[in-house]
Amino acid sequence: MAAYVIRRLLYTIPIVLGVLLVTFVLFNLVGGDVSADLAGKSASAETIAEIKRELGWDKPVFADLGALSKGDVRKAIDSQFVNHFVKALTFRFGRSRVSGQEVWTELKQRAPASLSLAVPMFLGTLFISIAISLGVAFVRGTWLDVTVVFVCVVGMSLPMLSYILFGMYFLAYKLGWFPVVGYEPGLGAFKYVALPCLLGIASGLGSNVRFYRTVMLDEMRADYVRTAFAKGLGVTRVLFRHVLKNAMVPIISTVVLAIPFLFLGSLLLERFFMIPGLGSFTVDAVTSRDYAVVNAMTFIGALLYVAGQLATDLCYALVDPRISFE
Amino acid sequence: MTGMAAATETDVRKGRGMWADAWRQLRRRKLVMVCLGIVLLYVVVAILVYAGVIAGDWSKAVGDRYQPPSKQHGFGTDIFGQSVWRKTLYGVKVSLTVAFVASLISITIGVPLGAIAGYFRGRIDDLIVWLFSTVQSIPWILLILAFAFVLRGKTLFGLPLRGMAVVYLAIGLTSWVGICRIIRGEVIKHRERDYVMAARAYGCSRGRIIIHHVIPNVFHLVLISFSLRFVSFIHAEVIVSFLGLGVENEPSWGAMIDEARIELSRGFWWQMTAATIAIALISLALNVVGDALRDALDPKLREA
Repeated sequence: MAAYVIRRLLYTIPIVLGVLLVTFVLFNLVGGDVSADLAGKSASAETIAEIKRELGWDKPVFADLGALSKGDVRKAIDSQFVNHFVKALTFRFGRSRVSGQEVWTELKQRAPASLSLAVPMFLGTLFISIAISLGVAFVRGTWLDVTVVFVCVVGMSLPMLSYILFGMYFLAYKLGWFPVVGYEPGLGAFKYVALPCLLGIASGLGSNVRFYRTVMLDEMRADYVRTAFAKGLGVTRVLFRHVLKNAMVPIISTVVLAIPFLFLGSLLLERFFMIPGLGSFTVDAVTSRDYAVVNAMTFIGALLYVAGQLATDLCYALVDPRISFE
Repeated sequence: MTGMAAATETDVRKGRGMWADAWRQLRRRKLVMVCLGIVLLYVVVAILVYAGVIAGDWSKAVGDRYQPPSKQHGFGTDIFGQSVWRKTLYGVKVSLTVAFVASLISITIGVPLGAIAGYFRGRIDDLIVWLFSTVQSIPWILLILAFAFVLRGKTLFGLPLRGMAVVYLAIGLTSWVGICRIIRGEVIKHRERDYVMAARAYGCSRGRIIIHHVIPNVFHLVLISFSLRFVSFIHAEVIVSFLGLGVENEPSWGAMIDEARIELSRGFWWQMTAATIAIALISLALNVVGDALRDALDPKLREA
């Protein structure tokens, strides 16, 4: 087990470096110098040069070979490439162009708002989907099962934006059950995240229930379930004690796949409900061409995914010891 | 179960191929045929829009602004008095083009990479696995946004990148991972099969074995995977256009929803409803057809 944990930890290193390589290629090689863009249309050459220097665009892309031949290694590796890695790994992403604040500081300020939406949304989706799919597994093959599956397919066909806009219009605007937009930190946040959370859960339910149902039905066909029924155990006991426990293994392994969708959900929901979290931060950065923020969010997002994947794999190895021998 | 076994037996006797057999299974299911009809209808609409037969005059005002749906105004009008119905039809072209080109891009990248990784294994496999694990680690929507962010205003082979081109490049370049994984996994199984051994014994080159023997045998996975993934491409286009990074100067469902955001609070529900129905209908049809296709071609394949 210890060997597996170490191996799995080491495996995250090339992935994190790979992500930085991708963002470097994307932002520095494909995207290129944005200082003229940042300075605005009527900026003087000096202003542009200053922004260039501030953002490090005046440095050589990979390495300063001239300095290297003179033996000045420090100057030689002071390049965009090296800086990109060093900056990200030390979480110094530079300043946001819009707020003028250090990106990392702003990320820390905004994280609680995002979490207050994402965590209940994530747990809610998980528990409700599992509950519904267990119920469906119980009534499998009946008209109820068919109806639920059909509703799921319809549910996953609707675009997320429609859930948000119609939900906002009917539940908040027309019926007045929830505040339309806004946020306040602390416990007061509950009032404001309730509706976005609900809509996020609703939009994710379709695909989750459908997938979990397949997992549950696979388990229902297994020999040990037949044995459990044969020895006279009640349906509830079989479902909760046997099926659910075994179905959790594939379910846990797909939970991490929900992270990208969580991101999408937070992105759109935060923007609509004006929740000052990371999602709205990212969207605003994209529309206002705030390079430092987009770069930082891409890296942080990937880091979260890698961490999630690591946690899943370790849980998986705990539940199923065969994994660590592979 | 016995019925299925019997069916397979007759198929073998008649020498029916995998595709013919799949088609026979699909044809028996009414709902699937209806959904296939819907998909074809969308394709026809997209072609007719390209040909300029319908919705070519979407920019023309057909009445006053914000007219509700009626006999005279069809699906109603928007802020410029343009017909919501025409804009929706035009959106079919935009959406299907984006999804189709994005699929082509991701197949072109994903299938060869997956086949090479699965067939050669070793170092090259490690490299490709590392590459797709890396790309997969970046949450999809962030990667698309980042791509759309940097591609806008750039040129590719001298062509300026804007509007739709940005969207399908961003989606295509970020979504080859799924198919690459699937193909790799399948090719690993196929490389040990007898037909590959036979081809090798015949003295076929490795390139020939991959292109002429292995890929045709795993290609049905591409079809299954993309009939389902098409839906997420359509939804991605909506989101990217909605965020103002995508399609410009022509109507798209995402842009319509963006406009509807303000309209809805004033009670003008029709543009939002039209876009929602258009998206939901094609998504639903593709989901049903994709599921049926998977069941018919490869019942073992559950995810993808």
